[in-house]
Amino acid sequence: MADALLSVEGITKRFGGVLASDGITLSLPAGELHAIIGPNGAGKTTLIGQLTGEITPNSGRIIFDGQDITALPTYQRSMRGLARSFQITSLFADFTALDNVALAVQAHAGNSFHFWRNARTEEELRAPARAALERVGLSHRADNLVSSISHGEQRQLEIAMALATNPRMLLLDEPMAGMGPEESARMVKLLLELKKQYTILLIEHDMEAVFALADRISVLVYGRVIATGLPDAIRANAEVRQAYLGEQEAVVVNG
Amino acid sequence: MLLFVEQSLNGLQFGLLLFLLAAGLTLVFGIMDLVNLAHGSLYMIGAYFAATFAALTGSFVFAVLLALVATLVVGMAVEVIALRRLYGRDHLDHVLGTFGLLLFFNEFVRLVWGPAGLSLPLPAWLNTSFQIFPGVYYPTYRLMIIAVALGVALLLYLVVMRTRVGMLIRAGASNREMIGALGINIKLLYTFVFGMGAALAGLAGMMQAPILTVQIGMGENILILAFVVIIIGGIGSIRGAFIASILVGMIDTVGRAFLPDVLKLFLSNAAASTAGPALSSMLIYLVMAVILVWRPEGLFPAASK
Amino acid sequence: MKALTVRNIVVGALLVFLALVPVYSQMTGNLFLMTLFTRIVILAIAAVSLNLIMGFGGMVSFGHAAFLGIAGYAVGILAHEGINSGFIQWPVALIACALFALATGALSLRTRGVYFIMITLAFAQMIYYVGVSLDRYGADDGLTIYRRSDFAGLINLSNKTTFYYVCFICLVGTCYLVWRIVNSRFGLAIQGARSNERRMRAIGFPTYRYRLTCYVIAGVLCGLSGILLANHTDFISPAVMHWTRSGDLIVMAVLGGMGSVLGPVMGAVALLVLEEWLPHAISVVGEFVTGRPVVAAKEYWALILGPMLLLVVLFARGGIDGLLEKIRRG
Repeated sequence: MADALLSVEGITKRFGGVLASDGITLSLPAGELHAIIGPNGAGKTTLIGQLTGEITPNSGRIIFDGQDITALPTYQRSMRGLARSFQITSLFADFTALDNVALAVQAHAGNSFHFWRNARTEEELRAPARAALERVGLSHRADNLVSSISHGEQRQLEIAMALATNPRMLLLDEPMAGMGPEESARMVKLLLELKKQYTILLIEHDMEAVFALADRISVLVYGRVIATGLPDAIRANAEVRQAYLGEQEAVVVNG
Repeated sequence: MLLFVEQSLNGLQFGLLLFLLAAGLTLVFGIMDLVNLAHGSLYMIGAYFAATFAALTGSFVFAVLLALVATLVVGMAVEVIALRRLYGRDHLDHVLGTFGLLLFFNEFVRLVWGPAGLSLPLPAWLNTSFQIFPGVYYPTYRLMIIAVALGVALLLYLVVMRTRVGMLIRAGASNREMIGALGINIKLLYTFVFGMGAALAGLAGMMQAPILTVQIGMGENILILAFVVIIIGGIGSIRGAFIASILVGMIDTVGRAFLPDVLKLFLSNAAASTAGPALSSMLIYLVMAVILVWRPEGLFPAASK
Repeated sequence: MKALTVRNIVVGALLVFLALVPVYSQMTGNLFLMTLFTRIVILAIAAVSLNLIMGFGGMVSFGHAAFLGIAGYAVGILAHEGINSGFIQWPVALIACALFALATGALSLRTRGVYFIMITLAFAQMIYYVGVSLDRYGADDGLTIYRRSDFAGLINLSNKTTFYYVCFICLVGTCYLVWRIVNSRFGLAIQGARSNERRMRAIGFPTYRYRLTCYVIAGVLCGLSGILLANHTDFISPAVMHWTRSGDLIVMAVLGGMGSVLGPVMGAVALLVLEEWLPHAISVVGEFVTGRPVVAAKEYWALILGPMLLLVVLFARGGIDGLLEKIRRG
């Protein structure tokens, strides 16, 4: 598609005898929030790995913002505006929340070959970091060590770090993993906000959230996209119901 | 030409001894994820035991057998008393802990056996030459080392590939958590593996003893070569260790013997005599560096964890 | 400025003590004390430089002593060939270290964890063997350096007191430099890479180039230590860069505390003072208890050091820093 911000074309990945990704094709126009759902083992992690550059596909292409990024290393994708959050929280545990986000700011504020000035006093790093924390509602935790904040707060911090890199697109890998209902609701509210500003690829299990947020949904089963479309169409799709939604105990019909 | 054959055989022999050492190291690393700097100490202890038992019993073969058992026991004792607590920790902790053990063993040996070192003379029936081709003779003992080491390698292969224990070892090398989950007595497995590694190291030490002297710190230099073998071969891979050991053994021995002459073809005699020894020493490390540029994980890495 | 904790008081007192060693030495006429502490200060510089990559960068190098040797040989070889000027020797030594660090670091840093430890060990061993094969420069026996680095009369390194203060100022300078580096953007990038490399790459850091730069800086700083060591002992031999010397440096850093800039200084002092005085103490106590002179006291020290290391690793991983911090809380 001509104005797709992210275009995934026929991505295939084999691990030994296992076909983790089977010709995955997706297209995200700018401004869309696209959700990817699917049972465990469907290959969502492998897909994210290939989008971020940690895994190299056997075949296929990934086009971001008009550029082929298939062979680009992870850090350069971040520099191009592709930010991600991790499914299993991956932060700098021995640093404060503010330090964590400031590092993300630092990565995009020129090179780090500065050896003298105390980076913790640099307003050009600290101010945007504080702003990102504010955005996700974590300002009160700025000076706490990551190891001492709650799981839900750590998930919020993951989002803050992604925002601090001035991205064009967010790849969010199960941001609500391990959250209770209250925290999840807060996260959904945040994502609705962010949706107005960023293109988002959301991988999630929480169906309530998915149907509240997604503009379009793709369903991944055994490494293949079996359906893509508007939320209502997906909900009604027989194949999808059988493969995935039918297994869910409570499918929330949220109009 | 004769010299080349002789040096090649020497290289093979040295490579096989390195394999005995490297196999133990890579097993222990592959399964217990333990970096063991004191592995060279077990090599040394094996040699010291053999020399002592030979002096006591007067029989070379008997001494070797006793020393093997003794080294196995020492290895298992070390594992139970000291190393067990290091599992699961940072690699730096392993390095420091086993470095401490190395220092301890060196001093312990010095106190018990004295600083002078020992010798392990060959019995008359081994101290002969064998005619491998018409007119080409090679020391019988070195041939025996090659035979024994190849035999042990084969035995190791059979154990690892064909027995239940071996299956556990291979499984453990690629997925440590799994064998724990299977309910196998991990502690016993680890002690056994470590003991096996110690015995292999001790065997290498005592076989090498009649050729070089038995002295304190003898394990350190060869240990580093064993590390090079593992780096080149790939950590956790016995097959990689075998191929890399032969490679390292051959390159080091043949290289040292012929490099100065090769250099003389390109440089003046004076330059060759200065650069020769230096480059010979560096040769195997340069090879390691080249391989690392091409394959940072080694030639045959075991399945990544 | 800094909190008045037990640990900080101890560190401060140590620095004051080190500054006053020559004074105390002169007063008591105990010249050996100054010689011992010159060596301690010099090796402390090496330990601090190692901790930059190890404690802050998470790169455990078992070949750091190679830089002591490379710098020492640069000084020694130039002196042997008649070039005694420090203005030439010192830059050559430092550049040689930078080049070696760049070449070996570029290769080693493509690997992780255990591989990295073994590879740095292998490269150091390589350089050790090169030293051993330098027949012209003494090979195994080493090379005597007949004149200390000459700075055209500006400073006389042959004067023991002057030399001590040069070393001390180098130590203070190194610590200050490392402190600034560690808290700078560069330092935070290095620490981030240690803490969570995957995260660093995800937010856009090309971690390899920063680690390599850090490795080179640490190599050069250790080279400074090597220059001073060669001048101090008026001698250089391959033994200086044997891999067990690298082990000693690691022990100093861990013993003192890897989480701080000054931790390794405490570690160096503790280790070398123990090495010097414990055998003596063992002798005295042993003689008192058994009534007979203790013959191999120094060897008993080595026997103790090994298990002691293991105990530190198991129970006092934070080193002296960690123990002192506990006093505040306990």
